Amino acid sequence: MTDPITITGLNKVFTSPDGGTMAAVKDVTLEIGAGKLVTLLGPSGCGKTTLLRMIAGFEDPTSGDILFGDRRMNDVPPNRRDTAMVFQSYAIFPHLDVFENVAFGLRLRKLAASEIEGRVERVLDLTGLTGYARRSPNQLSGGQQQRVALARSIVMEPRVLLFDEPLSNLDAKLREQMRVEIRELQQRVGITAIYVTHDQIEAMSISDEIVVMKAGAVEQRGTPHAIYARPVNRFVADFIGKANFVEATVRDASTVDIAGIAIAVADMPTRPAGSAVTLLVRPEAVRLSCDAGVLTGTVRRVMFLGNLAEYLVAVDGVGDWLVDCPNPAETGLHAVGEIVRLDPSPSSLHVLPA
Amino acid sequence: MARDTRAELRLLARDPLLAVLLAAIAIAVAVFVVYPLVRVLLASFRVDGVWTLQGYLDIADRRLYRNALINSLGVGALVGVASVVVGYLAAFVMTRLDVPGKTILHYVTILPIVSPPFVSAVSILFLFGFNGLVTRQLFGIEDFSIYGFHGVVLSQIFTFAPIAYLSLRGVLASISPTLEDAALNVGATRWQTFVKVSLPLSLPGIAGAFLIVFIESMADFGNPLVLAGAAFPMLAPQAYLEITGSFNLSRGATLAIVLLIPSLTAFAIQRWYLSKRQYITVTGKPTASSSKIVSTPVKWLLWALLVAFALLVAAFYAVILVGAFTRVWGFDYSPTLAHFAYVFDVGLQSVKDTLIVAIITTPISGLLGMLIAFLVVRRSFPGRATLEFAAILPFAVPGTVVGIGYILAFNDRPLLLTGTLAIIVLAFVFRYVPVGIQSGIAVLRQIDPSIEEAAHNLGADGLTTFRKVTLPLIAPAFFSGLVYAFVRAMTAISAAIFLVSANWNLMTVQILNQVGSGRLGVSAAFSVVVIVVVLIAIAIIGAFVDRWSRHTTMVRHP
Repeated sequence: MTDPITITGLNKVFTSPDGGTMAAVKDVTLEIGAGKLVTLLGPSGCGKTTLLRMIAGFEDPTSGDILFGDRRMNDVPPNRRDTAMVFQSYAIFPHLDVFENVAFGLRLRKLAASEIEGRVERVLDLTGLTGYARRSPNQLSGGQQQRVALARSIVMEPRVLLFDEPLSNLDAKLREQMRVEIRELQQRVGITAIYVTHDQIEAMSISDEIVVMKAGAVEQRGTPHAIYARPVNRFVADFIGKANFVEATVRDASTVDIAGIAIAVADMPTRPAGSAVTLLVRPEAVRLSCDAGVLTGTVRRVMFLGNLAEYLVAVDGVGDWLVDCPNPAETGLHAVGEIVRLDPSPSSLHVLPA
Repeated sequence: MARDTRAELRLLARDPLLAVLLAAIAIAVAVFVVYPLVRVLLASFRVDGVWTLQGYLDIADRRLYRNALINSLGVGALVGVASVVVGYLAAFVMTRLDVPGKTILHYVTILPIVSPPFVSAVSILFLFGFNGLVTRQLFGIEDFSIYGFHGVVLSQIFTFAPIAYLSLRGVLASISPTLEDAALNVGATRWQTFVKVSLPLSLPGIAGAFLIVFIESMADFGNPLVLAGAAFPMLAPQAYLEITGSFNLSRGATLAIVLLIPSLTAFAIQRWYLSKRQYITVTGKPTASSSKIVSTPVKWLLWALLVAFALLVAAFYAVILVGAFTRVWGFDYSPTLAHFAYVFDVGLQSVKDTLIVAIITTPISGLLGMLIAFLVVRRSFPGRATLEFAAILPFAVPGTVVGIGYILAFNDRPLLLTGTLAIIVLAFVFRYVPVGIQSGIAVLRQIDPSIEEAAHNLGADGLTTFRKVTLPLIAPAFFSGLVYAFVRAMTAISAAIFLVSANWNLMTVQILNQVGSGRLGVSAAFSVVVIVVVLIAIAIIGAFVDRWSRHTTMVRHP
């Protein structure tokens, strides 16, 4: 039923009316395993939506191939690709009620009325919309509209599910709830899915794999953990989560120097001693205390966020670091101006090219 | 560029049904819009079978034609200004003031739009003609003549001010009153607020309304033919007279081109210059419609002026209604049904013919308009801008030019259409499709394209998407396209008069003939029938569109 997707050497160049050209997608090659959920993540304008729309067939690639299974899809029109897309704006048909919205694609397939009814009802049940079948879309809340859009897609039992920032119009709480539901649903029905978002938390919580894009090209792909802990460059590190970037020099196979102080790094790439690198220090990878730590600093700002305290610490000889400390209600807060010791955890540190 | 064209064609080929339809539309527009105009242009350069500029030199040379041009331009400009003043007043009262009776005022004000083009001309003859109620019976004036400049201008203001009103109403409604509140809030007086905020914001709309009325006035055929008189030649009737009176097709074509140039110029200005300068301040949030920029006395003064105009319009229609039941206006005011008996006896064939033409034209024109709007907004294909331009062009082409073009273009094999029903229907379909296209485009641009992409994604091809999603979504534009096509098919004269034949005649042409032979009562009776049919049809179309767009909502399974 469901297929892996293979994308090879895909390019999309837009021509503006005045003759200028803009490469929206540059030479993207990707393989997405059957039944996997892969997220395309990147800032706006990075080409992720264009890539998704090419997979759906709404945009025509300038060059390159898109394969579902071993079938080349480039020349297949969108209505024959058997993908189902959830749009950012939901794109619910405003003139049809919930049932007819969900049944729309099935009716086009000319299925028997009883089968349509059965499938629609099953999907409405799955998405928690039982009882809303005869509501008109404008009588629904944002979350319910989102579910209708989702139900309309999965009822088709498509070969590929496509999500174009489906949660960006929902409030924070609902967004969290819906992404859990989408993930559970996708795993239950086991359909290959591609999910576009610019929200790294959403990407990490939902994906089997994340593809980070920048300016039309793929920067890195990997599991959420790999992308977060071992980003390939500064852009990826910065885009996924908060980060302190520190200039450092390689000392030996397991230590770097910052401001003359040796810092142990568990997972060191092979580099000659003395070469300049950038050390990535995640805010939560540093333990803050009054007595123990290799570095010393002064607290410049404290923000109490409930589950954690976010500090800005002027580290002696290095510069300002963001440091997150968990459970501050229990451990108490350091005051602004206090001298503190900082202890980075070697296994969480990551060395990037300078 | 070539690469893009190829890519567009490749995309198009994936939806063969739509591609075929698009090709058919493009060919039809070329044959029935562009080709007749080309024929008129060619004919204007041919006198007695020789290519020459003589036709144009004659027009520059002879006082009759020079005057016709000057008169048409002068009337157009004056009627444009006057209609904009009346229309702005009406639009301002309707959108900004809290006054009683707005609904009825609205309907009375737009009544002239749905009636045949002679109603005000015939009314004016009833009231101010040689045997006019006001001139002869009331004041006993013997030597007053309504014919000429003042008669045409008066009649056209009543005919076209409602068009300016509708256009300006949209403009004023889109200017948020909160902007006026903001000006008042920072200390501007009411007058300053109006002059420095409201007026400048509506200026592009005012210019647009002026140009539309100017185009309509230049193209107007009925009012000048009835009221201009021999001493006051105007272009549209003159072109007609050259062809039907002197059988001089070449001269008629030359006059048609002379008529076309100012209309096209105005159209071009309206389309390219003004459309980029509309200030749209709609926020999507409904704002209070009552304005604080007029004081109470001014408010009631404006209201009284609008009521006076509406009363005049109502009086014109009352006169027609009474006239239709009056034996001989001016001499014998006893009531009679004789005029209606005539309409349904001698005139019955033209009543039937008109209905057949209108009933065939309406759905074709309505659907075609929506389809072209859909293709132009939602699909990319080579020549898209050209197709849009050509399809909307008839809006600016005076009916007289179209009529002459059709008799020139479709008088030979293989396209021998003169004298048939088809030529009238084709002329009407393509003449009245632009309004549907434009409102379709306007509505479509406000609809998120991903709704149609969703249908496409769920397996619908282009035509299915259009039928099941686009059309129901643009139902309001579809409705106005249908109504416009029907109303115009019932009331058209300027192109139709060249295309009617013994087999297929139209009521409007009958009205004109009756006016020509002095039987105002019969023409009034015809007018009443046209108005009644149009009002009934609007109600039926409204109910149909409503039921059908709801029907798609309510599809139940067996």
